[in-house]
Amino acid sequence: MSSVPLAQVGRARSFVDFYLTTMRTAVQQQFQYRAATYMYLIGMVTEPVIYLVVWTTIAEDSGGSVGGLTPGELAAYYIVWTFVRTMNIVFTPYGWEGRIREGELSGQLLRPLHPIHYDIAWFAGGKIPWVLFYLPIAVMLTLVFRPTFDVRPLEVVVFAVAIWGAYLIRTFNQSALGLVTFWTTRVGALFSLYIVLELLFSGRLVPLTLMPDWVQAVAWFLPFQWTFYFPIQTLVGQYTNAELLGGLALQAFWTAVGIGLFSLVWRYAIRRYTAVGN
Amino acid sequence: MSDSAVHIAELRKVFDVPEREAGLKAATKSLVRRRKKEVRAVDGISFDIAHGEIVGFLGPNGAGKTTTLKMLSGLLYVSSGEARVLGHVPSKRERDFLRRISLVMGNRNQLQWDLPALDSFELNRSIYRIPRADFLRTRDELVELLEVGDLVRTPVRQLSLGERMKVEIVGSLLHQPQVLFLDEPTIGLDVTMQKRIREFVAQYRQRHGATVMLTSHYMADVQALCERVIVIHHGRLLFDGNLAALSNTVAAWKTIAVALENGAGDLSSYGEVIHRDGDLVTLRVPKADTARVTARLLAEQAVLDLNVEDPPIEDVIELVFAQEAHE
Repeated sequence: MSSVPLAQVGRARSFVDFYLTTMRTAVQQQFQYRAATYMYLIGMVTEPVIYLVVWTTIAEDSGGSVGGLTPGELAAYYIVWTFVRTMNIVFTPYGWEGRIREGELSGQLLRPLHPIHYDIAWFAGGKIPWVLFYLPIAVMLTLVFRPTFDVRPLEVVVFAVAIWGAYLIRTFNQSALGLVTFWTTRVGALFSLYIVLELLFSGRLVPLTLMPDWVQAVAWFLPFQWTFYFPIQTLVGQYTNAELLGGLALQAFWTAVGIGLFSLVWRYAIRRYTAVGN
Repeated sequence: MSDSAVHIAELRKVFDVPEREAGLKAATKSLVRRRKKEVRAVDGISFDIAHGEIVGFLGPNGAGKTTTLKMLSGLLYVSSGEARVLGHVPSKRERDFLRRISLVMGNRNQLQWDLPALDSFELNRSIYRIPRADFLRTRDELVELLEVGDLVRTPVRQLSLGERMKVEIVGSLLHQPQVLFLDEPTIGLDVTMQKRIREFVAQYRQRHGATVMLTSHYMADVQALCERVIVIHHGRLLFDGNLAALSNTVAAWKTIAVALENGAGDLSSYGEVIHRDGDLVTLRVPKADTARVTARLLAEQAVLDLNVEDPPIEDVIELVFAQEAHE
């Protein structure tokens, strides 16, 4: 007698089911380590608070603004920054490095679903507790730094989409970078370079308008500003409707580029997998 | 195309492994010129496994067993040769293929470390697209068979090795794979747990008609479950056949354990004395001479008890590897 495979749930339904189940599992895991998650989040908020204090001081010393941005606008930029940063946390190349070097990828390759879906779903789920934990921090930052906001409903809608666009662009870029581990097994150096470029060209360090003209020009040809500057500016900046929708289109473009790059590298990389460790 | 569940022909896997001497000088030299050596982990093996068959896949550490299983489960690309499992080329990792196989490795953890196994099972349900009713039925059946009712509610990190292995097995079989690759499933477990897992594998195979390929260093696993064994060493196939035939082919001798009434004298004229413990003497004699030596012992000695046995399977396997090393 040969066993008969179990019936299958429809593909689209099962796909949604997988994402929801994985997200739920990620939430459970984050709640399991709520203290650690909170500490991590507080650590992460330190970065924008330093930027904020520095630029607010410079603005006040320069007669009330720097590069046309008032302390209130800078506060708004960095408070939204913290939210965007919380939302664009992805599985890093270090994670890929460990997963490949230790052979943990084996378990995921045995499943009838590409591992990238697991990463996307897992980190998407993780955002639910992170955002919950983030809210009191945002309230505190707002009370301390007094941000100025002038937000239209369309901007809120575009922001809600743009933070997921930022998440996907970072996911595919960093995962493609992580796959380099198949050739080097030490991807840390490349990732450091990536972070430097991101700090420079994304608006992560300072709003892009405060950067030299050449940085702003180069940033147009790179994906980084669509992962920080654009989503932040949808709430903080004064974009026209066309600029808002055009920005989303460019996020879609860079997501497609990321998927293409990741798929291409994956095709060659996976042939090199040696499944060591496990 | 083959009708076998598993078909491999002239299968090879070659790894390029970097190597250098120890020390700073060698490390500096390796900055300029990297040396690599070619390691043939699997070197041209061929065999077929029929649907529903259970086969012991034996060999010493580094023989190529796990590499073969990894190729058959689609984790590794083959260097050359052919591999097919249920008609699929494993390295293509097609969804329909992955839904029908499972690779269980004794030293690997596939479950969420910090959560109860039930949560990981739920994740597997969604990954393998199992209808909920089927999932619950299979899960409860496996939980009952492996007696892990309470364990599945405990975070995995708090389980003992044996407990974890059992819940790992449940997680790996929820989708009811038709081909099961078991790589050292009882490693590090106590004898009771080993026996439980052995019984379970036999039951699962019987219930689902699954094809099973098992590697284990515990010969008790192999003897209890497998009629057929495939032995490899240095990536090459040394033996493929019935477990009893392996003993007959390789070990052309039997052991006679004899207890004598008046103490053990010199029995070396009957055969090679391989063990002596008080009145109990164990002799090794050529297979062809067994009947004659037994008759002589009974006629010439005051025998209290006498047992004729095939050599232990561990000794047989050891002999296979030793013979291969001398060739």
